[in-house]
Amino acid sequence: MWFYRALLHLYPSSFRSEYGEEMCAVFESRHSSLLAAAFEVLSNAPAAHWDILRQDLRYAARTLARAPGFTAVAILVLALGIGANTAVFSVTDYVLIRSLPFPSADRLVRLWETLPGYREMELSPANYRDWKRMNTVFEEMGAITTFAVNMIGEGPPERINTAVVTGNLFTVLGVPPLLGRSISSSDDRDGAPLTAVLSYGLWQRAFGGDAGVLGRKLDLNGTPHVVIGVMPPQFHFPDQETELWTPFEFPESAYEDRNNNYLDGVARLRRGVSLEQARADINVIAAQLRRQYPKELEHAGAAVNFLRDDEITDQRRLLLLALAGAALCVLLIACSNLANLLLARALARQKELAVRAALGAGRERLIRQLGTESMVLALAGGLLGVLLAGLALPLLTKLVPSLPISGMPSIDFRVLGFAAILTALTGIGFGVVPALRVGRTDLTGLREGSRSGGGRKAGLRSALILAEVTLSVVLLISAGLLLRALLRVQSVDPGFRSEGVLTLETALPMPKYDATARRTAFYRRVLSEIQALPGVSDAGYISFLPMAMGGGIWPVDVDGKTLDRSENHSASLRYITPGFFATLKIPLQVGRNVSETDAGDRPMVAVVSESFARRYWPGQSPLGRHFKFAFLDRSVVGVVGDIHVRGLERNSEPQVYLPYQQQHDGDLVFYSPKHLVIRASGNPRLLLPAVRRIIQQADPEQPIADVRTLAEIVQADIAPRTVQVRVIAAFAALAFLLAGLGIHGLLSFTVSTRSSEIAVRIALGAQPRNILRIVLQDSLLLATAGVILGVALAYAAGRAMQSILAGITPGDAATFLAAAGLCFLMTLAGSLAPALRALRVDPITAIRAE
Amino acid sequence: MTQKSPGPEAFLPLPAATFHILMAVAEEDRHGYAIIQDVAARTGGELTLSAGTLYRSIQRMLEQGLVVETQERPAPELDDERRRYYRITPLGAAVAKAEATRMAKLVKWARALGFAPGKA
Repeated sequence: MWFYRALLHLYPSSFRSEYGEEMCAVFESRHSSLLAAAFEVLSNAPAAHWDILRQDLRYAARTLARAPGFTAVAILVLALGIGANTAVFSVTDYVLIRSLPFPSADRLVRLWETLPGYREMELSPANYRDWKRMNTVFEEMGAITTFAVNMIGEGPPERINTAVVTGNLFTVLGVPPLLGRSISSSDDRDGAPLTAVLSYGLWQRAFGGDAGVLGRKLDLNGTPHVVIGVMPPQFHFPDQETELWTPFEFPESAYEDRNNNYLDGVARLRRGVSLEQARADINVIAAQLRRQYPKELEHAGAAVNFLRDDEITDQRRLLLLALAGAALCVLLIACSNLANLLLARALARQKELAVRAALGAGRERLIRQLGTESMVLALAGGLLGVLLAGLALPLLTKLVPSLPISGMPSIDFRVLGFAAILTALTGIGFGVVPALRVGRTDLTGLREGSRSGGGRKAGLRSALILAEVTLSVVLLISAGLLLRALLRVQSVDPGFRSEGVLTLETALPMPKYDATARRTAFYRRVLSEIQALPGVSDAGYISFLPMAMGGGIWPVDVDGKTLDRSENHSASLRYITPGFFATLKIPLQVGRNVSETDAGDRPMVAVVSESFARRYWPGQSPLGRHFKFAFLDRSVVGVVGDIHVRGLERNSEPQVYLPYQQQHDGDLVFYSPKHLVIRASGNPRLLLPAVRRIIQQADPEQPIADVRTLAEIVQADIAPRTVQVRVIAAFAALAFLLAGLGIHGLLSFTVSTRSSEIAVRIALGAQPRNILRIVLQDSLLLATAGVILGVALAYAAGRAMQSILAGITPGDAATFLAAAGLCFLMTLAGSLAPALRALRVDPITAIRAE
Repeated sequence: MTQKSPGPEAFLPLPAATFHILMAVAEEDRHGYAIIQDVAARTGGELTLSAGTLYRSIQRMLEQGLVVETQERPAPELDDERRRYYRITPLGAAVAKAEATRMAKLVKWARALGFAPGKA
C-alpha cells in the first residue's frame, strides 16, 4: 500500500489531494499487483499533468493577451537578455570550449621551445628529431610549418596558404583523407617525389571537385607536385586558411643548426599520460640537450600546451570572459526587472487570484498557473532571443581567432541547447519568487477589500531594484574602463603614419627569383612605374609589414663578443628598398637611408632603429659601428625611429633594416621583400587597378595577395578590443535603461499605493518639496546603495580584467565618478514621472476613493 | 457567467471512457470503484478502467458539468468514508444520448455498406 501511495506522488498534487484517497480505496478493493499499479500510474500521471498544463497554457495565453503592453515589454526584455547570452555563448563555445574536430582531440598538444622573453618559439629540426626520439610520452609526434606559395593551375596564378608537414602529421591528427591518401612517412624522405594533398575547399574551387584530380600535376612556386589526396571538408589544420599540404624534405644539413627554429611541433599524448607528465618528460629532454649543446641551447627550454588552448591568447580569453560576464549581468537585470513587473502584476491580480482560490483552486494550482505564465513568457523571449542572437553573431566574429574548426560560430544544436536551458532557468528565476509570494499570501484580499499595502512586497521589489542598479553600475564602470583602455591603445603611436597607404603582397617564387639581380629588376621596374602614377608620393618594398608579421627575429652580436640569445640581444630583420621609410613616414634621425648604391658587392650596411642604437652604444654615435647579424658583419649608416612591429599593445624588438640588394643569391629567401607599400595623396584603394596592371606586366605569372590599407592593418590589430568594447557598452546601455525602467516602475507603484497618505499630507498643508522628498527619498536611497555596492563589485571586476586594461588602473577615479553620476541621473530620470504624479494628487479624489 | 453553455453536440465524439462512466452513473449514484465494476460487468470484462484513467476522466467531466459529486451517502454500515459518489447531470444525460444517437447513425451507415452485422 505504501508503495502505491508513493507512486501517487507522480500525479499533480491537486489531483492527488482530490482523488488520492479514493484511488487508494480502489487499489485496495481491487487487489491489483504492484506491477500493474506502477504501470497504471506511470501511464496516467503524465497525462494528468498534461491536462493541467493544457488548461494553464490556455489560461496563460488569455491572460497575457489581455495585457499586450506588459507581455510585449516582458518578451522583449527577456529576448534581449537571452539573446545577448546566447550570442556570447556561441562565440565563447567556439573559441574556448568545444573540442577540436579530431579523434580524441583532448590528447593533442603543441610543442614549443622557449627562451627568456619568448614563451613560444618554433623547434629547430635537430631538436625536433631529438625530442621525437627521446620522449616516452607521445604516441606520435610530428611537425608542420606554414607558408604561402604561388600556385599556377588552370586559372590565373594564385597565392595560396600551404603547410609543409612531416610524414606522420596526419597520423598524429588521426583524420583519414576523403580521396586518395594523405602524406605518409614515405613522402618526407630526401629525394622522394614531390606530392601535395588538397583541402576540400581548394579541390572544389580550383578543380571543380573533379575526382580525377589524383595524379595531376600542380605548379607550386615553379615546382611540379603530384596531387595524391583530398582531405574532408571539416578538416582544417593548422588553421582555416591553409588549403594545401606538402611533405617536408629534410636534407642532413637541416639538422646542423639548432638555432634555426621553424617547426611547429604537434603530438598526440599516449593514453593515460597527463599534460604535466608530458611537460616533465620534455623538460628533462630539453635539460639533457642543453647540457649536450651548451653553446647553442644555453637558455633553451620547452613548453607543451594542449592544442585546444594554444591559439587562444590570455587577452582573447579575458576579452571573451568579460563579455560573458557582462551578458550575464544583462540577463540578471532582465530577470529582476521581470520579477518586479510580475510582482506588481500579482498585486494587481490579487482579486482575480482570490476569486480563483475561493472557487477551490489550491495554492499549488495557483503557483502552477503563475509558473506556466512565466514559462510562456520565457519561452517566447527565448525564441525571439535566439533570433536576435543569430542576427548579432556576425558582429562578434572579430573576436574569433583562426582555429582548426570548420565555419564560424553559429546557432547550432549546442547553442540551442544552451539557450533552452537558459530560458528554463530564466523562467524559474523571474517567475518563482513572485509565484511563491502569491502562494504564501492567505488571499484574504477579497474579504478585506482593496486596501493592499503589500509592505513586504515593496521590500522585495526594492531589493530587486537594488540588484539592478548595482549590476548596471558594474557594467557601466567595466565598459568605461575598457573604453578608456581602448582609447589608450588607440593613442599609442605606432611609429609610422598609417593613413593613405595601400599595401599588398607579391611574394616572388623561388627558385625562379633566386638570383638577387632578377628580384632587383622586378622591384625597380614595379616601383618606378608606380612612382610615376598620378597621386603617388612614395612607394617601397619590405620583407614583412609591421603588425602583419611580428617574427623574423635574429640574435645580435656586437663588437665580436657573442651575446646570449635572450630577449635583450635580438632584433627584427627586414630587407627594404630605399622608398620604404618615406612611404611609412618613419623619421630618419641620424645618418642616411639605405640606397640604390648599397649593392651586393659593396660593404654590408644597415639602418637601425633608435632603441637598437641606444641599447648597444648608449650616449655614443652609432654611425660606423659594426655588429654581426644574420651571418654577416654590418656597419650602421643610419638611425630611424622605432616602430611597433608586434602590434600596439606589445613590446617589439629593436629593428634592423638591410638594403634589398645586399641579400645574396638564394640567401634568407624567406626575407625577400614581398610587401609593397604605396603612399597616395587621395584614397589609396583607387590606385589598385593601375598597380595590378603594372605588376601583371612585370611578371604575368605573379599573383597579388592580401590587398589592405595600412590603416586597416592597424585597425585589425585592435579589432577584438574594439568589438568587445562596443558590445559591452551596448550591454551597459541596455542595463542602464532596464534599471531606469525598474526604478520608474517601483516609484509609480509606491506613489499609487501611497496616494491616500500623500493626499492627507497635502490636505494638511504639505508643500510640494515635502511630497517630492517622500517620493525621491526611496529612489535616492536605492541609487546610493546600488552605487556603493556596484563600485565595490566593479573594482573587483576591474582587478580581474587588469591585464586587458592597458595600464588603466581598475580603480580609475574618472570612470567611477562618471558611472556614479550617470546612475544618479538615471535615478532622477526614472523618478521624474512618478514624482510629478505625486505632486498632482488631488486630495479630494484620493480620499473619496478610499 | 455570461457565456452561453455549449450544447451537447459540442462534446462529441466522446472519449470511450467518458461514455462508459456516464452509462455507469445513469441508473444510480456510484463511487469510483463501483463505476469500474459496473463498466467491467456491462462489457463482460472487456473494458476494465484503471483508477488513473477513471479519475482523470471524472475530473474532466466534473469541470465540464457532465457529472456532479453528490452529498447523499448510503447507510454508514455500507459506506467507506473515503468514497465519493457521482451523479449524472441533465447535461451529462443529454450528451450521452447525443453520443448514442451519433453512434447509431454511424452503425446504420456502416450496415448499408455491409460493414456491420444485421440487416441492410
